[in-house]
Amino acid sequence: MTNVTVLQETKQENGISQEVLLNLGPQHPSTHGVLRLILQLDGEIVKRTEPFIGYLHRGTEKLCEHFTYTQIFPLTDRLDYVCPPSNNLGFAMAVERLLGIEAPERSQYIRVIMTELARISGHLLIVGALPMDLGAMTVLLYVMREREMVMDLMEMISGARMHTSYIRIGGVREDLPEGAVERIREFCDILPKRLFDYERLVAKNRMFLQRTKDVGVIAPKDAIDMGLSGPNLRASGVDWDIRRDCPYEIYDRVEFNVITRETGDCYGRWICRIDEMRESVRIIEQCLEQMPDGLFQVDMPTIAFPVDKDQLACSMETHIHHFELSAYGFKVPKGEVYTAIEAPKGELGYYIISDGSEKPFRVKVRAPSFVNLQILEGKIGNMKYLADLIAVLGSLDPVIAEVDK
Amino acid sequence: MIVARPEFCDRIFQHFGDRIADGGAGIDMHSIEVGPEHVVELCRYLKDTPALSFDFLSDLCGVDFYPDSPRFQVVYHLYSLAHGHRLRLKCRLGDPPRAPTVTGVWATANWHERETFDMYGFVFDGHPNFKRIYMWDGFEGYPMRKDFPLRGYKDAYNPYGEEKGKA
Amino acid sequence: MGVLENRFPDNVFFSTADSIINWSRKSSLWPETFGIACCAIEMISAGCSRYDLDRFGIVFRASPRQSDVMIIAGTVTKKFAPVVRRLYDQMPEPRWVVAMGTCAISGGVYNTYAVVQGSDLIVPVDVHVPGCPPRPEALMHGLLLLQEKIMGTHVLRKEPEHAAKRA
Repeated sequence: MTNVTVLQETKQENGISQEVLLNLGPQHPSTHGVLRLILQLDGEIVKRTEPFIGYLHRGTEKLCEHFTYTQIFPLTDRLDYVCPPSNNLGFAMAVERLLGIEAPERSQYIRVIMTELARISGHLLIVGALPMDLGAMTVLLYVMREREMVMDLMEMISGARMHTSYIRIGGVREDLPEGAVERIREFCDILPKRLFDYERLVAKNRMFLQRTKDVGVIAPKDAIDMGLSGPNLRASGVDWDIRRDCPYEIYDRVEFNVITRETGDCYGRWICRIDEMRESVRIIEQCLEQMPDGLFQVDMPTIAFPVDKDQLACSMETHIHHFELSAYGFKVPKGEVYTAIEAPKGELGYYIISDGSEKPFRVKVRAPSFVNLQILEGKIGNMKYLADLIAVLGSLDPVIAEVDK
Repeated sequence: MIVARPEFCDRIFQHFGDRIADGGAGIDMHSIEVGPEHVVELCRYLKDTPALSFDFLSDLCGVDFYPDSPRFQVVYHLYSLAHGHRLRLKCRLGDPPRAPTVTGVWATANWHERETFDMYGFVFDGHPNFKRIYMWDGFEGYPMRKDFPLRGYKDAYNPYGEEKGKA
Repeated sequence: MGVLENRFPDNVFFSTADSIINWSRKSSLWPETFGIACCAIEMISAGCSRYDLDRFGIVFRASPRQSDVMIIAGTVTKKFAPVVRRLYDQMPEPRWVVAMGTCAISGGVYNTYAVVQGSDLIVPVDVHVPGCPPRPEALMHGLLLLQEKIMGTHVLRKEPEHAAKRA
């Protein structure tokens, strides 16, 4: 079941050295999931890389055509599994645009808080995983400590550590519980000091710098041409962030910097993510200040479950709406929409075509990691050795469930 | 909420005239319908004109309108980093679907087109590395087509699949 | 060795050979780092500081040749199934398999053309850990159940006649 490769082994005439084809993966500790790379190696020097993906292709898009809009949320969770709430947000926004509704203000603030917490969780993992690939295992164990804090917050707010399905069409599933705001504030106080610790541990370490500085340089023009987005693009100097340039939800009411670096190397991509986490903390703190009281979801019984759960016990109409929603879903008007959000990995887009029924006609997920990974086949400068390839792969931060959908 | 036709679209319609059609205003962005014979020229014009500069191909996907005819459609989503414009191009194709590749315009289209071929069976003429990307080499059929069963065909790995040869 | 230290007079220590063998096997189960999908993140969490797995003697090894247990964490697709089987075959005996998460147990929510409906269609599974994803404590519970199973195996003793044969 292997695909035919385009790389060929070559032998030199004098027989001293020959290029070999090396198979890296799909089971390998540093491929960040089930990614297979076929490398054309001349000793340690990598001549060409060809990625083979599809080992985690589960048929999400086909399944979406058979599920109602609310049933699709668990599928979106499982796309980028290190930061699930942000995937939910993109889909919810797309369907809300088709329906022509807007989530209430309080729920928009809660959504942004969850998305930024997810961004912190996702960036923390790669900030720990890249040094681990290069041999510095300590950082991973330390970042997991903060990640566990984020997962505790997510469990407190939504009930699940990872696949929350908390952000829904019309708002969020439940309001923030008592004590959540204080716990989030505590976390925001702790994180910046810890980020400073990680920088001190690794960022000035000579070995880490030698393996990541000026390694895997991606020029800005190539990055745009190859469709890179997110921190990978910004580390090459391209100043583009969907949260600032095409603001959605309440991103136009909070102040944050867009982090760019001019180098475009592995180190730049890594340090971009640490600084983005600091900005995420700023955003969360501003959201907590500005968040008003109000509804946590639209008060439309035909689209969302009733806001006041007690009504279920006394109102027949609410009961019927609830039953219809759970059993059949709701009809979405005919139309098509493409909604892009700034997910932690880059531009996450959902293209939904609706034919007027309860199930979408077509759902296409524009996964950022799918496009980011393509750069391995193309123009990366200064990626000479096999060890450099591992550093580049770690710094690109691919999540294979998103690559393979 | 339908957005009005943006100004930059007028320029495109002026240049191409009859060769493209107005796909209608959308909820989020404007659509342009183009035939497969003009799509590469249109893409190059959109990318190279400084006032438009659609240098970022966000997404390229296929759609199957079975049993309507023409059955297939390629949809391109473009974004201009300099101006912040978004645009949707739609290219309706018959059965079997053939279209020219746009990898010469945006290198990122490479994997998108391979995915569309793998899932729908679209043939992109001139593609540098035309082969399946998700499914394994011996796989028969194109999974995202409307007449392909969700659970696939019955085999040792999925006993819930449909029987092969069933209508 | 806390329970046993300085406890017995100068004497002989009686046990069955099987107990000693099983005790040594269960106390140092080395899993293969085989994270496929989302459950891998919970497996990593289980291995890290808060839900430490190292205290059970569980050390993750990269190579299948050096591991005892394969924790299938994630959805097994039809393209990946031969690889799973090959990795299982590369593991030296005694070997065990833990299917972590509903996708590994039965295909989970993905009853589609590309997903194997349960990794027991490929390899013999000893412990199923349900959840989507299972909490790290659930994985620990599953591994402790595996340890109990190992303690009950007949290594040197004859198998009872009603026991099932392993594939």
